[in-house]
Amino acid sequence: MTANIRNFLDVKDLSVSFDIRGGLFLRSIGTIKAVDHISFSVNKGEILGVVGESGCGKSTVARLLLRLIKPDTGSVTFNDVDILKMTKKEIRLQRRHMQMVFQDPYSAMDPRYTIFRSLCEPFQIQGVKLKKEEIRKKVDDLLELVGLNSEHGFAYPHELSGGQKQRADIARALALSPQFIILDEPTAALDVSVQAQIIKLLEGIRERLNLTFLFISHDLSLVSYFCHRVIVMYLGRIVEVISADLIGESPYHPYTKALIESIFETVPGQKKQLSTLEGEVPSPFNIPPGCSFASRCNYAQAICRKQTPVLKKTPDEGQMACHFPLKSMN
Amino acid sequence: MSFLKVSDLKVEFQVDKKTITPIENISFEMNEGEVLGMVGETGSGKSLTAHAIIGLSSLVGGKIGGRILFDNQDLLMLSEKNMQSIRGSQIAFIPQNPMTSLDPVYKVGDQIVEGLYKHTKINKRKAKQQVIELMGSLRIPKPESVFQQYPHQLSGGLKQRIVIAMGLCNNPRLLIADEPTTALDVTVQAQIMRLFKEMALERGIGLFLITHDLGVIAQVCDKVVVMYAGNMVESGDIETVFNTPKHPYTKALLGCIPHLGMKQGTLSAIDGNVPSVGTYPSGCRYHPRCMHSFSPCQNNIPELMQIESGNRVACHLFQEKNDC
Repeated sequence: MTANIRNFLDVKDLSVSFDIRGGLFLRSIGTIKAVDHISFSVNKGEILGVVGESGCGKSTVARLLLRLIKPDTGSVTFNDVDILKMTKKEIRLQRRHMQMVFQDPYSAMDPRYTIFRSLCEPFQIQGVKLKKEEIRKKVDDLLELVGLNSEHGFAYPHELSGGQKQRADIARALALSPQFIILDEPTAALDVSVQAQIIKLLEGIRERLNLTFLFISHDLSLVSYFCHRVIVMYLGRIVEVISADLIGESPYHPYTKALIESIFETVPGQKKQLSTLEGEVPSPFNIPPGCSFASRCNYAQAICRKQTPVLKKTPDEGQMACHFPLKSMN
Repeated sequence: MSFLKVSDLKVEFQVDKKTITPIENISFEMNEGEVLGMVGETGSGKSLTAHAIIGLSSLVGGKIGGRILFDNQDLLMLSEKNMQSIRGSQIAFIPQNPMTSLDPVYKVGDQIVEGLYKHTKINKRKAKQQVIELMGSLRIPKPESVFQQYPHQLSGGLKQRIVIAMGLCNNPRLLIADEPTTALDVTVQAQIMRLFKEMALERGIGLFLITHDLGVIAQVCDKVVVMYAGNMVESGDIETVFNTPKHPYTKALLGCIPHLGMKQGTLSAIDGNVPSVGTYPSGCRYHPRCMHSFSPCQNNIPELMQIESGNRVACHLFQEKNDC
């Protein structure tokens, strides 16, 4: 992997919280810190994974990067331009370069449009002036790129299988030749054999078109296979950034270790102790002070409940936020 | 002596005056205290098999063929009334989604007690005490206060434990769990699976676990049945099937799963899609996607056969060899 000196996408101090309204007159009854001051960068040509359990803020990060939600603080710099300072018109043009593939292929496509019409839409929205034949050619090329054929263009979403729909969804994201694609759990709704097809397709497309991916998933083994680097999130914060090759061997953060231990490997001989992590992710309402993982952590001590650990660089070019890392930091 | 023996199980439905057969030729056995896993992709007939065993598919108009022997009595011969006395007490069922299987307007404790009343004569105070004990043994923290709560007040993992408690309250001998952890987070999935494994060992319950996750099967079960498009393709001991898979589908499916430390670009995939009911191909249902398919695969349905290594496989590749 060749890392550019200039970062491709730079996220600094990004945070957002949501008001929860309820009761009479829908008064605000609390806030949820969905994403809590996180910073990271994506290198050009890299696949960066984001992993964590439900409610940890993975999908919110994706939406913030595309400015589908406005953050409270922070900046998102894409190719040296802060996309949070852009006007509405500018951001619309900018989205040509940044696209998203959604989790649920069943609801991502308009059920009343044929696949062909859905794939024409990006060109219309972006005001790309093309002749009819040119558009037809473009859409056919896109369908071929994702392993479908022009026949599938005439179909409605409900006529396709889950895997085919996800392929069409990927084709739509590729329509305007973006540089950066956010994949939000693209295989979570699919069967394993179809998941493998989609992952292989994405591997091929990325190599051919020299794309950069942000890959969001809750499946650590899938992320460690597909990505170069992995961000581990817990309750809106980054707890560890680790190179995918190192995941199996030596995480620094106890939460990363717990996630690894909850993987069920398909080798029956390797019967290891299943994760001893107790309890569940606490509600993001009123996160206690200190390390948010402290309530479930086997290594937690008094300081963990008082002081929030900061994200520090590790010797093997990752980052981690823990008072008592599992490995020496030297 | 096997206490559950399913042979030649077949379920038919009438749709638009046509007969469709979502599952066919299902035969397996399980012993007491054993964990049997059934694995397959969407639409392979896993849940329907479970519903057939507890006699639910006949309620929605299905016609069941074959035999299901539980303790040497054929469940298919029983009247609905007799079946009701077995269902819930001797055979319990844990449905797929814990979020929707609890009634939102009743306290969870009362919902567990309800199951207990149905099958045993017991007074209220004793029933409550027994249920709280059971909840405690399932590692539900503060069972007395959880007993008084409504489903929406509980997290997904706790709700799943409540549903497990409902299944266990009458000390069943066979527990059927249909994708019990699909809706849960990975760390909670690990907790629940550990609980299942312990339960089967401690109480000597036979656990019939349905899942699409081969990893869960490998770590939790003793035996496995692999399903494809409504047919059994392979079965056997965990070690045998996972270490020396024989059926091309089992092999290919194992190759589709990424694991830690796997090099990029080495994942394999199965081309094509799982066929849906009604469009099953002739002969072996896997043959259009199979890399090893040859002439008999297109026309003849392969029979499930025991081969030397201990696996039972339904594939012409092995039947040819045995014939020679």
